[in-house]
Amino acid sequence: MALLDVNNLGISFGGLRAVDSFDIHIEKGQLYGLIGPNGAGKTTVFNMLTGVYKPTDGTIVLDGENITGKKTTHINRAGVARTFQNIRLFKNLSVLDNVKVGLHNDYPYSTLSGILRLPSYRKQEKAMNEKAMELLKVFDLDKECDYLASNLPYGKQRKLEIARALATNPKLLLLDEPAAGMNPNETGELMETIKLIRDEFDMTILLIEHDMKLVSGICEKLTVLNFGRVLAEGETSEVLNNPEVIKAYLGD
Amino acid sequence: MSKQFKNNLITYGIIIVFFAIMQTLASTGNLSSLFKGLLVPICVYAIMAVSLNLTVGILGELSLGHAGFMCVGAFASAFFSMCLKDSGMNSVLRFILAILLAAAVAAIFGVLIGIPVLRLRGDYLAIVTLAFGEIIKNLVNVMYIGRDSKGFHISLKDTAALGLETDGQVIIKGPQGITGTPNDSSFIAGTIILLIAVFIITNFVNSRSGRAVMSIRDNRIASESIGINISKYKIMAFALSASIAGAAGALYAHNLNTLNALPKNFGYNMSIMILVYVVLGGIGSIRGSIIAATILTALPELLRGFSDYRMIIYSVVLIALMLISNNPKAKTFLEQHDLRTILRRAEKEDK
Amino acid sequence: MSFLNYCINGLSLGSVYAIIALGYTMVYGIAKMLNFAHGDVIMVAGFVIYTMMNSLGVNPIVAVLISVIVCTALGVTIEKIAYKPLRKATPLAVLITAIGVSYFLQNLALLIFGSDTKMFTSVVKVPQLKLGEIIITGETIVTIIACIIIMVCLTLFIKKTKAGQAMLAVSEDKDAAELMGINVNATISLTFAIGSGLAAIAGALLCSQYTSLTPYTGAMPGIKAFVAAVFGGIGSIPGALIGGLLLGVIENLSKAYISSQMADAIVFSVLIIVLLVKPTGILGKKINEKV
Repeated sequence: MALLDVNNLGISFGGLRAVDSFDIHIEKGQLYGLIGPNGAGKTTVFNMLTGVYKPTDGTIVLDGENITGKKTTHINRAGVARTFQNIRLFKNLSVLDNVKVGLHNDYPYSTLSGILRLPSYRKQEKAMNEKAMELLKVFDLDKECDYLASNLPYGKQRKLEIARALATNPKLLLLDEPAAGMNPNETGELMETIKLIRDEFDMTILLIEHDMKLVSGICEKLTVLNFGRVLAEGETSEVLNNPEVIKAYLGD
Repeated sequence: MSKQFKNNLITYGIIIVFFAIMQTLASTGNLSSLFKGLLVPICVYAIMAVSLNLTVGILGELSLGHAGFMCVGAFASAFFSMCLKDSGMNSVLRFILAILLAAAVAAIFGVLIGIPVLRLRGDYLAIVTLAFGEIIKNLVNVMYIGRDSKGFHISLKDTAALGLETDGQVIIKGPQGITGTPNDSSFIAGTIILLIAVFIITNFVNSRSGRAVMSIRDNRIASESIGINISKYKIMAFALSASIAGAAGALYAHNLNTLNALPKNFGYNMSIMILVYVVLGGIGSIRGSIIAATILTALPELLRGFSDYRMIIYSVVLIALMLISNNPKAKTFLEQHDLRTILRRAEKEDK
Repeated sequence: MSFLNYCINGLSLGSVYAIIALGYTMVYGIAKMLNFAHGDVIMVAGFVIYTMMNSLGVNPIVAVLISVIVCTALGVTIEKIAYKPLRKATPLAVLITAIGVSYFLQNLALLIFGSDTKMFTSVVKVPQLKLGEIIITGETIVTIIACIIIMVCLTLFIKKTKAGQAMLAVSEDKDAAELMGINVNATISLTFAIGSGLAAIAGALLCSQYTSLTPYTGAMPGIKAFVAAVFGGIGSIPGALIGGLLLGVIENLSKAYISSQMADAIVFSVLIIVLLVKPTGILGKKINEKV
């Protein structure tokens, strides 16, 4: 059985049908791409998968658990973490603290213990710091751990967002345009990082991207969305050579 | 030693040094009786400012009803002390219990008000907290509670409606409030409560709960996406902030013979006053809140020489401070002439 | 007094709230700031009229006109000195400055006129109207009519004039409006001028209804009008009218049938309930954050 099974997913805003009969099946460990022209409904799919929007119909099953229409918080705990198209970091927290917030649910010492600095606080905070630094090292952010998140350069902010998502220990990682705003060098570096995450953390990744070099470079399978409907799906090279897809991207 | 730990030590140090200086001045007779009378209020408002900073600075929500929580704490604790006044209980123990009760009752109000209010955003949240503060003040003003051999009696009408036996005693008399609260507050008690408040808030901020609260402040949607329970942590911070304000209320109530809920002490004007301390002290800065509260509580008294003009001067100072602190030119000037910058520059030149 | 009479008095009080709330809502819509000093402009108007009529023996209508001119100038001046330098500052900094201005006006009045309550002679010389059981005072008639006229004029002004359209544009997007060649500073000044002028009229009507005046007269009606603006949906002109009228009627009916001491608590409770059901007020726009 696939890790993520989405069947007949759809949502309407008022009279507008933003996404209609959307299906996707992602196997564990896959690096999957979701592409399509602007306004095709890709981010809307992400928002439904993470509970930001409630789907009007269809089902989302993650690793055997039905998470359709559940709250964002619950879905994250069930194993879905994401990044955002417009970076959403905790700007006034340090780089280290950004990751530590991601570790929040794995280190459940009580508030009282935190205020009174009881042994459980000391022990778990220490473990949290170590774990967070480990993650930061993977993304080459360990030297900047005391910086305010807002003071990081753009490319590093994107990386920090991924590190934070990974800190929640997800089964499935959703990346919304990770290469947006990056120069070719940074994009190349990012591709390596994404591959590394998949291999090192044995992660399943679904990403939205416009950068075709990145998509063709790392994605194993693709689904193409156009006007809220699936236009094509399959192996990356097949899909990218599909005349329908080329037409949707380049116009007639 | 971490930077943050050092920072906290400085705050505690400032409070203790201020306490020592004032205590020495008072014992050597160098402090005017007027200023002596200000010492407990300074502690009250410093505690209020620190607790509001938790809501405004850490949670990032604008509350204009903080005085309401102080009011709840003041009345709950004064009522408690009145009931136990003749029981022969040790006055220090009674005062400690009164403060804990005040904090607990205010925290309950914080949760009850927080649940509906924290769904709102920005200015709407501000106006609803203001409304709650006014409602609390208003209800206290129409509440009558008495006690006789049969137990407690409550009325929202008048003393007669309580229907007390002849041995009965009216404890809360509507607009007249509570008279005869034991004078348990002192400068040392105030300083200790302030130290505890600072301890609780700084430790809270640096725990996982505090980080969760700040993550909500910085980006609610991202915070949800990594599994933070938004409502739980919002209400937790709000209730903690309310409970510390309740403790400040207990300190306030036990410093007065007569306690009544007036617009002056528990109205929205007071809530705004506390907000002024927080903003001038620097949002999110605990130490700044304490210093601003101390100076601004003392300022009108220090300006007494100007008698009629003092409140005008106060308001002009307030406006001028905001204009200067937000003026880009003034900011660069202050930064360039900051003592630390000058020292650093001198150091560099030495090398 | 009959139920209908309480309602009419409520409408009269509500009309005053609505006129003040208009000032709040317009300034909020354009400058995105809560002008806490707005209520105190009402008090200033009261004292100007009081001085004109009692010390200089000026005709009431002329006194009101002078107060409108004084308050308009005052509003523009406050904006220039205190708020304009803070355009780029945080909303909280502007709020605190507004509070400072409010204290300043109150204490200035305190210094000049003292803290004792002044007897205010009504500026309205219209006789009362008797319809069977119902008695409608001249003040009530004038207040309600004034409110209607102001609403109509303001709506026409915003819909039909260039300056009004500029106001709409600035409230929608300040930067875009500036790029389209609109003088943003002048538009904000104009908004303050209109809001303060309206506050002066509200002051004249409010003081005539209550016939008393202190340096703190404007504070509570100011807060209530702010509540009314939020109630109706802040930023919305019809919202300010509806919010103001509802607030006035609820306040008067609670005073009459429940308890005069609890009237404020009831008014505020209704506000809370409305906002919980409709978080942006009765006519407020719902804003969704884009993810």
